[in-house]
Amino acid sequence: MTAPKASMQKTSMRTPLGRVRNLGASHSGTSDFWRQRLTAVATALLIAPVVVIVLMLIGRNQAGAAQILGAPLIAIILILFIIASAWHMKIGMQVVIEDYIHNEKLKLASVMANNFFCVAVALASIYAILKLSSGV
Amino acid sequence: MGRTWPRKPLKSLMTTRIERPLSPHLQTYRWTLTMALSIIHRATGVALYFGTLLLAWWLIAAASGPGAYANVQAFTGSFIGRLIVFGYTWALLHHLLSGLRHLVWDLGYGFKASEREALSWGALIGGIALTLLVWIVAYTVGGGR
Ligand code: HEM
Repeated sequence: MTAPKASMQKTSMRTPLGRVRNLGASHSGTSDFWRQRLTAVATALLIAPVVVIVLMLIGRNQAGAAQILGAPLIAIILILFIIASAWHMKIGMQVVIEDYIHNEKLKLASVMANNFFCVAVALASIYAILKLSSGV
Repeated sequence: MGRTWPRKPLKSLMTTRIERPLSPHLQTYRWTLTMALSIIHRATGVALYFGTLLLAWWLIAAASGPGAYANVQAFTGSFIGRLIVFGYTWALLHHLLSGLRHLVWDLGYGFKASEREALSWGALIGGIALTLLVWIVAYTVGGGR
């Protein structure tokens, strides 16, 4: 970034330190902001079908539920929803952590725990769906 | 009140302070609907975060067998279980509408005071209405969980 002219600096609302250098304080530029929106739209599109799937399962026993959940289209919709929402909530929770936790070590530990949680929940759910789909 | 900074003129570019207006503390502002919804958006986001455990538990139980699935059904059929799933439904649908509001703003629309209010009321009322709708359907098709 080129240095601003002296005349510009006088009228600017921002301190020189406030001007973002490289990828800024997040170290990731705006990529998380973009992915947060991308995954929000994906989750939003998938919510209606997922709610319908859940409603279809009401009142059924395990055998009935397993049969529905194992159908390819339903399994695919659920897997897409899980990937989109887990990714979205991982980014979202990281924003919350960075807003409230200022101790650097505690922040690192929390961000790490957040990553573990989201990956674990997502993979466990996807594994369950794949198992239902293969009927073992 | 006299200005307290800069105490000494600092030469370094990085530490030069430019005089600019400061924002009053948060408590100074009148409480508004948009502010409340902003916090609710965050609270529902965090609630949904932990709510995904419920979804995972339910899927794993379905994959595990009749016993495990019966446990989930016993929970979701209980009073506390229903309350939690009802809360999750509302959090999801409210966060969805409130999130769509954010996306509208991200695209640069809806910033006029009246539009802001309309979008916020829409998210609030829409979220409650959709939740009730889903639960009415749930009770109609299956007599609850
Ligand atoms: C299971 C589903 C979902 C979960 C677990 C979830 C979770 C979260 C979390 C934890 C945050 C961070 C809260 C904050 O920074 O204040 C967040 C933010 C956000 N969510 Fe979601 N969310 C879900 C679905 C959705 C959907 C369907 C949309 C659709 C539009 C959406 C739109 C957004 C947006 C736009 C933000 C950023 C708000 C901001 O910039 O302040 N989310 N979400």
